[in-house]
Amino acid sequence: MFRALSIDPGRCTGCLQCELACSYEHTGVFNPSRSVIRVFNFHDEGRFVPYTCTQCSEAWCMRACPVDAITADAATGARVVSEESCVGCKVCTIACPFGTVNYVQATGKVAKCDLCAGDPACVRACPTEAITWVDADLAVYDKMRQWAAKTDAGASASA
Amino acid sequence: MGWTGKILRVDLTAGTVTPEPLNREWADLYLGQRGLATKYLVEEVDPRCDPLSPENKMIFTTGPLTGTMASTGGRYSVVTKGPLTGCVACSNSGGFLGQELKNAGWDMIIFEGRAPSPVYLHIEDDRVRLLPADEIRGASVWHADQWLHRRHQDPLLRIAAVGRSAESGCLYAAIINDLHRAAGRSGVGTVMASKNLKAVAVRGTLGVGNIEDPDRFMEAVAAGKRVLAENAVTGQGLPTYGTQVLMNVINEIGALPTRNAREVQFEGANDISGEAMHEPRPSDGKPNLTTNAGCFACTIACGRISTVDRGHFSVQNKPEYWGSSGGLEYEAAWSLGADTGVDDLDALTYANFICNQDGFDPISFGATVAAAMELYGMGVLTAEQTGVPFEFGSAEALVKAAEWVAKGEGFGRELALGSKRLCEKYGHPELSMTVKGQEFPAYDPRGIQGMGLTYATSNRGACHLRSYTVASEVLGIPEKTDPLTIEGKPALVKAFQDATAAVDSSGLCIFTTFAWSLEDIAPQIDAACEGDWSVEKLLEVGERIWNMERAFNLAAGITGADDTLPKRLRTEPAATGPASGKVAEVEAMMPEYYRLRGWDEKGVPTGETLSRLGLS
Repeated sequence: MFRALSIDPGRCTGCLQCELACSYEHTGVFNPSRSVIRVFNFHDEGRFVPYTCTQCSEAWCMRACPVDAITADAATGARVVSEESCVGCKVCTIACPFGTVNYVQATGKVAKCDLCAGDPACVRACPTEAITWVDADLAVYDKMRQWAAKTDAGASASA
Repeated sequence: MGWTGKILRVDLTAGTVTPEPLNREWADLYLGQRGLATKYLVEEVDPRCDPLSPENKMIFTTGPLTGTMASTGGRYSVVTKGPLTGCVACSNSGGFLGQELKNAGWDMIIFEGRAPSPVYLHIEDDRVRLLPADEIRGASVWHADQWLHRRHQDPLLRIAAVGRSAESGCLYAAIINDLHRAAGRSGVGTVMASKNLKAVAVRGTLGVGNIEDPDRFMEAVAAGKRVLAENAVTGQGLPTYGTQVLMNVINEIGALPTRNAREVQFEGANDISGEAMHEPRPSDGKPNLTTNAGCFACTIACGRISTVDRGHFSVQNKPEYWGSSGGLEYEAAWSLGADTGVDDLDALTYANFICNQDGFDPISFGATVAAAMELYGMGVLTAEQTGVPFEFGSAEALVKAAEWVAKGEGFGRELALGSKRLCEKYGHPELSMTVKGQEFPAYDPRGIQGMGLTYATSNRGACHLRSYTVASEVLGIPEKTDPLTIEGKPALVKAFQDATAAVDSSGLCIFTTFAWSLEDIAPQIDAACEGDWSVEKLLEVGERIWNMERAFNLAAGITGADDTLPKRLRTEPAATGPASGKVAEVEAMMPEYYRLRGWDEKGVPTGETLSRLGLS
């Protein structure tokens, strides 16, 4: 069974612990500019939104890569960039509709979320459970439950 | 390691930027941030210089844990000689600016001289430039922030700037970073403006590495985060109510200075409390509080993000104030509210927005407004002079005063000089609620005796953050002491002062110490930094810093006679609440405090003390 990152922006405080953990896991230093999960601060609305790759089944990035540098990790389902194969052409960054594959000047390659081989550092770092690691089929289970809670239990169902 | 080992010297007069190696011997003695930058200041600046002259220097400084994953590890401080007090000024801020500076590869920036025309400093890692700021001269912090982001087409640029209040000479002007985090006290923003430096804009991509023992560090960081999460104050109280969790608590114990400290309890306290910020407003059904927010790496997230009701008189037809922004912390809610007698939460929130937008300290501002209101009530000031009726409780007066100070207009020009100068000018120096020229904050020493000694001996003028004995006297951290007794308080204050000086030098936030002792902090510093950083060493570093700051102030002409409180607190007893009948017994505590410090009866460190700390 695959698991997936589930993100609840309502719980996010914008502290960037996830970005710190992600960059440390992948580069060995604390460097938000190298994190592949990013927290956006919508200042005027008072909202913080963590955002990263959703690991599309039919991944645009994977399809677009001319050198097959992006492959599916059979163990986790993550779409993973091979640094050895990547030529830094950036076609995947254009193909991805969500902007979650990014070019990295320091390496000359692209970087995206690889789910940390099944133990995401961002999840462990998040202090508010805004990022959780759940059954991939149930990533929006909580949202479903919230709506279920809003139904009027006393009234009979009607179409 | 922990430090990047590089500092940046910016000569504003000559327009040059020069990298130089960090003095590692000093880092071993002073750790970083507050301690280390103050060491540079005392070595390089004449304590008797005019704070607003080019001879003064201003240092932006990070700590060894700034930019790391240690919870709250994003702090920076601004260290300089302050214009409000003439003392050493050291103002600490969170947000994201400090970590960005460290991430760009710099432990600190030393600004010296004065630029011939307005400039800002732009840092992209090791590419550092002074650029013209003529287009944002006279702009608010918020406007400058927007202009700089557009100018550099860089949404990730982190910006610290001064606003119009600083440029028009407000003596308690702040440096605001990330729109609403502040190096707030003692007029560090005034110094920055005096140097013709409008802003510092930083983008770092190098990362913060250089950790001495990474595995041990990550273990210590994870352990620290667990302690914060499981503690009632840092895990629940602060995230839910922010520091505003204190408003009702401090009012109930009769230590909430009210109407320029004439009283110690405010009948409107609940209306301006953290609880009130959660209540839906009758007008638009929304609470004042939009969300809580964390500074960089902070797992507490006490920050308040708020809105003002669009129908409120302060923001009518002013859409720029309709969005969410930095809301009320306890000190601001007190100074803008209880101290002025104003119980209108939206008015306070708006005034707080203005303090952020144009960069000035709400504590000093609110307390100065309170002094002006008392002068007005006595008939010393007239409505003609103040522009509008200036009665205690007038939300309109508060709002107008904030707008005037922001822009340096009208009666705001007098309020901008602080309550000491205002009250002296009008012949009532005793009405200024200041120590060494700086307004004291939200704890009345008649009801919390340790805070009297804290204010009187603070090296930057009255301040709660130099030894927050409220933790012990009110909250029972690390153990409960009686707020109404002076017994044991000199030792308590000294212990808090030394520990706080060490924490302020690390890159961590002092709010962690609601849950963390130095036993939790030392392992994080020790794993990150070269050298042996035990609790004992941190306390010694803290004591060294305290005495170094004291020596600077003494050399600047401040004396033991300045270690006192306003007469009102010493002679007019609290009239209500648990502290009824009590005055602040600060004089009685001073001899023991001096003795514990190893100072003579005039408050001067003895040769033996200086020598023991390596300061002679």
